[in-house]
Amino acid sequence: MNESVHNRRKLVSKIMTTVTAACAIFAVSILLIILAYITIRGAASINWEFITSVPKPALDGGGGIGNAILGSAIMTVLASLIGLPIGIGAGVYLAEFGDNWFGSLVRFVSDTLIGVPSIIVGIFIYTLLVLPMGGASGFAGSVALSIIMIPIVARTTEEMIRLVPKSMREGALALGAPQWRVTWNIVMPAALSGIATGAILAIARISGETAPLLFTALNSRFFNYYIDEPMSSLTVQIYNFATGPFPNEQQMAWAASLILVGLILIINILVRILTRKKF
Amino acid sequence: MAKTGTIGDTIFRTILIIFASTILLIVVAMIYMMAVNSMPTIRAFGISFLTGSDWKPASNIFGALPFIFGTVVSSLIALIIAVPISLGIAIFLVEQAPKKLATPISFMVELLAAIPSVVYGLWGIFVLAPFLVNYLGPFLQTYLGWLPLFEGSPKGTGMMLTGGIIMAIMVTPIITAVVRDVLEVVPTTQREAALALGATQWETTKIVLGNAASGIAGAIVLGLGRALGETMAVTMVIGNSPSISASLFDPAHTIASVLAANFPEATDEMYLSALIEMGLVLFLVTFIVNGLAKLLVAKVAKDSGTAKAT
Repeated sequence: MNESVHNRRKLVSKIMTTVTAACAIFAVSILLIILAYITIRGAASINWEFITSVPKPALDGGGGIGNAILGSAIMTVLASLIGLPIGIGAGVYLAEFGDNWFGSLVRFVSDTLIGVPSIIVGIFIYTLLVLPMGGASGFAGSVALSIIMIPIVARTTEEMIRLVPKSMREGALALGAPQWRVTWNIVMPAALSGIATGAILAIARISGETAPLLFTALNSRFFNYYIDEPMSSLTVQIYNFATGPFPNEQQMAWAASLILVGLILIINILVRILTRKKF
Repeated sequence: MAKTGTIGDTIFRTILIIFASTILLIVVAMIYMMAVNSMPTIRAFGISFLTGSDWKPASNIFGALPFIFGTVVSSLIALIIAVPISLGIAIFLVEQAPKKLATPISFMVELLAAIPSVVYGLWGIFVLAPFLVNYLGPFLQTYLGWLPLFEGSPKGTGMMLTGGIIMAIMVTPIITAVVRDVLEVVPTTQREAALALGATQWETTKIVLGNAASGIAGAIVLGLGRALGETMAVTMVIGNSPSISASLFDPAHTIASVLAANFPEATDEMYLSALIEMGLVLFLVTFIVNGLAKLLVAKVAKDSGTAKAT
């Protein structure tokens, strides 16, 4: 009797282990299936013309996404120029001076802002910049991306700075250095690689964003170097191609996805390899 | 010398406070700008905006109920699928798998969250939707067709079910990551105590889960917040039709998807106002849901007496 109860309990335990392992295998399989589709369907049409030229009229064949790559690059760089200083500054504040009600408030608002749908940021920038400026622009798109970036960078920066041992601060303060010197010359350099890692991951994140760009940067079929005009991006281009009726454009969506996902995955994997040695 | 130090400190601190305040300013400005720009429909419709089920922009009739319905139902489908799977993965990673196996699997699940939404949408249109129409749909129809949920035939041009499933894939890594962190915070001594009393591995896990309950609830709420606001992938597969139907095989629309799909065409003042008001509603709901999730997850960290998993 006792023996059979014991066996049943052991059996249940074994079954549950199998079930949880199956869940893990399932999730990993989904990832591999998606990556396999993108690679197989996208690789065929990636060539020099594809990454350097502008899209041709649908059904003409040929053409490429050069302008979308350029637009994504410009907007990501501009968004980083706006978002990184603010995000890192906010993060430094939270870590070094933020143990008060104001710090808690900023922390709480940052965390909730991270979860706010990015399309909302698009609408916000539409009302804030696109309507007053009389039209969509690469600049508006960049600001939208920077807003998504700021809270993420702030929270990772805070975490990284908190990892710096207290003794380093105390040592510098004991030698007579003012607080700002301690933070700027001792603490921040010590946390630099961590802060950079967080920044790079945030850049990877915004480079995959579509929703905030849909009606702030819109799209463009031409090479555009001016940030006061509508600007193409990889993600919006993928959206337009994928939802359109033309097979050759749908094919281009797969190829553009391969480039985008490839970049994002490479960044994620490199960061993982580089940080594994340290932490 | 000391004086320059204090002046420097003041300047430095002020600059940092300005940066930190920017985050608060962004959120306040978001609420203000959206509220101001949705005034026309707030004034014209009041609360009936949220309860009206007719959406006819051409005749200036705006009822957001079909979108609220679509958002809630698709998110529920996503959670029903994603929660058990995420719990399973997290339990496997923390309680069962050897570290050598857990680390790469954990990373691969995280990568699922790194894939852009628009790429999920592309995959959804050309791989997932045909799969559902050709295999899973007919299967559900044959065996569960008597349920109103699976009435009619699955539609490859977009349906609620596809939207829910693609969302499920996208929130799984998010829920998994939080549950994993929460389980890791539960003290090892609890597991050792249970095992020492003769509990099996699974019985021990159940005790651990019980102690992490509020954190797990937080993870689910966080996943809900993400699902409610999921935009691109859903827009691409859900069919974008503002209808309220019990069948998951019918096309639907969510708040986020109507914003993505129809915002560019909304040049009329009332139409634009109606969309921005829905954006405001979505913003407030996700803001509250995320705040709640954070409080729940923070509770576990506090109960366990550590500072992790905040």
